[in-house]
Amino acid sequence: MSELVVKNLHASIEGKEILKGLDLTVRQGEVHAIMGPNATGKSTLAYTLMGHPNYRVTGGEVWFKGQNILELEADERSRLGLFLAFQYPVAIPGVSVANFLRTALNARRRATNPEDKGMPIPEFRKMLKEKMELLKMDSAFAGRYLNDGFSGGEKKRAEILQMATLKPEIAILDETDSGLDIDALRIVAEGVNALTGPNLGALVITHYQRLLNYIKPQFVHIMLDGRIVESGGADLALHLEEQGYDWVREKYENGESGK
Amino acid sequence: MEEKPKIVVTTRTRRPETTAKQFAFTAAMVPGGGALREFRQHAWETFNRLSLPTTAEEAWRRTDLRALPADQFRLPEDGLYKSLPAVPGELLQPLAADAHGGQIVLLPGGASVEFTESLTRKGVIFTDLRSAERDHPDLLAKIMGAIVRPEEGKFAALAATLSQNGVVLYVPKGVSIDQPLHSILWGPGEDLAHLSHILVWVDEGASVTYVHESASPDKSGAALHAGIVEIKVADGASLKLVELQSWGRQVWNFSHERAQVGRDANLDWIFGAVGSRLTKNFSDLDLVGEGATGRMSGFYFIDGIQHLDHDTQQNHLAPHTTSDLLFKGALKGSSRSVWQGMIYVAPGAQKTDGYQANRNLILSQNSRADSIPGLEILADDVRCTHGATVGKLEKEPLFYLKSRGIPDKDAERLLVEGFFDPIMQRISFEGVRARFQQAIHEKTAAE
Ligand SMILES: Nc1ncnc2c1ncn2[C@@H]1O[C@H](COP(=O)(O)OP(=O)(O)OP(=O)(O)O)[C@@H](O)[C@H]1O
Ligand SMILES: [Mg+2]
Repeated sequence: MSELVVKNLHASIEGKEILKGLDLTVRQGEVHAIMGPNATGKSTLAYTLMGHPNYRVTGGEVWFKGQNILELEADERSRLGLFLAFQYPVAIPGVSVANFLRTALNARRRATNPEDKGMPIPEFRKMLKEKMELLKMDSAFAGRYLNDGFSGGEKKRAEILQMATLKPEIAILDETDSGLDIDALRIVAEGVNALTGPNLGALVITHYQRLLNYIKPQFVHIMLDGRIVESGGADLALHLEEQGYDWVREKYENGESGK
Repeated sequence: MEEKPKIVVTTRTRRPETTAKQFAFTAAMVPGGGALREFRQHAWETFNRLSLPTTAEEAWRRTDLRALPADQFRLPEDGLYKSLPAVPGELLQPLAADAHGGQIVLLPGGASVEFTESLTRKGVIFTDLRSAERDHPDLLAKIMGAIVRPEEGKFAALAATLSQNGVVLYVPKGVSIDQPLHSILWGPGEDLAHLSHILVWVDEGASVTYVHESASPDKSGAALHAGIVEIKVADGASLKLVELQSWGRQVWNFSHERAQVGRDANLDWIFGAVGSRLTKNFSDLDLVGEGATGRMSGFYFIDGIQHLDHDTQQNHLAPHTTSDLLFKGALKGSSRSVWQGMIYVAPGAQKTDGYQANRNLILSQNSRADSIPGLEILADDVRCTHGATVGKLEKEPLFYLKSRGIPDKDAERLLVEGFFDPIMQRISFEGVRARFQQAIHEKTAAE
């Protein structure tokens, strides 16, 4: 069983420290939620775990499958089984969804067997069709340029389509619910639920309890100013929904966070 | 007494940098006799009169020929190809369909022609230049030099006077050819001057697709190609012309090309370039008849020390004419590209619609693209737009692709393919697209 273990992680961007000693463990088969006010560093955590070159790790470790993955490039982390659904997926003009996914799949195959000739096209088509049906996506989508001119909801769906295709062991979903209408939210959540299970560990970053009505977390963490300050069960999210973050701020910004 | 030596020193240090070598061709090399005698003689005089262009001339400002070893080049003697590497089989594959209606292979000191008998019976001529001189002297005398004149430059004059090789394609009135025609100019060997003259004449209401490809293996040393391409698309006719250039890295490549498009006629002109050491190409689209349309689509990918300079003109010389140019290029290594485009609208050419865009993708710090659009509009009721960009691969898309497990090189290739996709969309021939995809693969994979 794979697990992602984050120990005392410090990371900064443009000289400014954002992650200030973060600890977290996510195992395959578990669903964790991270909630926290804007600008506390949730996306920074997601990017840092995935290996974005703009974020500089200044301390701590991240272990995944027996390796300190901080030494690995983003593509190596991905092939190891880590996935990030982006809060703001970028457009890749000129590259179709299908072409992109096939390249990504074949990169995985070639990493295990350099002689691999790539997935046969009929097999790929069939697989893609199944995944797209799962997410109720029109088949014309496969021919569109990746994220280019996609609506907010379409982008989020395309992220989950990629996750379904690449079959990660640990997935970070950064605000996959934002920008979704209620029907799209249900479809995306169902898609995620169809993928979670013993083989997938998920770290769901969200501002809203409503997503957690569909994707039920076993663990909820509150992040504040670059750290996880509270952890609990699903009821912690409900509590936040009712009370907001003031009590968390009061508890941690006066005194304890200064440590 | 003391001042004199100083002056001598100054001139000595400057001279080697400023003067190019001169060609060693002689009047005795000009083919005598036949229908083209006068034309060639005149071109020879022009060749002698014109000097090699220097960067002082506007059109050559960014392309420096001082390193051209002009004195080194010699004409291939008859049959020389027999002792040189043969044309690779993959170049002989049809690119525009499953089969071609005819194929011509131009070689140093020879040519071979294959052509469907049924087309000959319809009056279509598709043959090499020497055979055409022998079999169709009247036609040649009429069309040669009608569109591109030797006076247009040193290299145009050179190709006009000394071309031993070339293609003549003539499609008579109203004849439609379904199967694409294909020709290859194969230029192996060192120190050779490959001179070619391509004549395409599509008569009224006729239509044809023609693919012409120039190629040679990479070699050390140097080689030269100078060529002329003259294209006539007569009233109501239609031509799809694809020109692919994959010269070896030792080739100095020059061409003067012009298409004249008549009333309600249509030209779809495609350029692909991945080769040569240095290329200077002049491509002019002359829309001479009312309702004429022309589309020019170019793609190039260069690396190492390659230098590619493309000069395009879209000349709207009649009302209701439409031109649409899109050139896209990627650059690696220390390569350099220049695109200089001009849309000209003549007085009275009302309701003209002209478009030109050049987009470049710089893949290394040392490569450089110059993109210079231009408009000269002398009519008032027209629509002309242009755009020129030079960009780099962006970080965020690269990270996005890498986060999906795609390694650096593949991610770069995918983004380059994506960059070229809009131009590939304009090319209806699978084989041409595949050829370029392959070049993208090779060039992105190389260090
Ligand atoms: N490229 C950057 N340059 C400078 N500062 C940055 C950069 N990226 C992020 N930051 C800063 O880092 C801090 C944390 O941002 P981050 O995106 O991780 O927050 P977040 O918790 O995901 O917020 P949200 O809930 O709004 O998505 C913010 O103050 C942000 O402005
Ligand atoms: Mg965020």
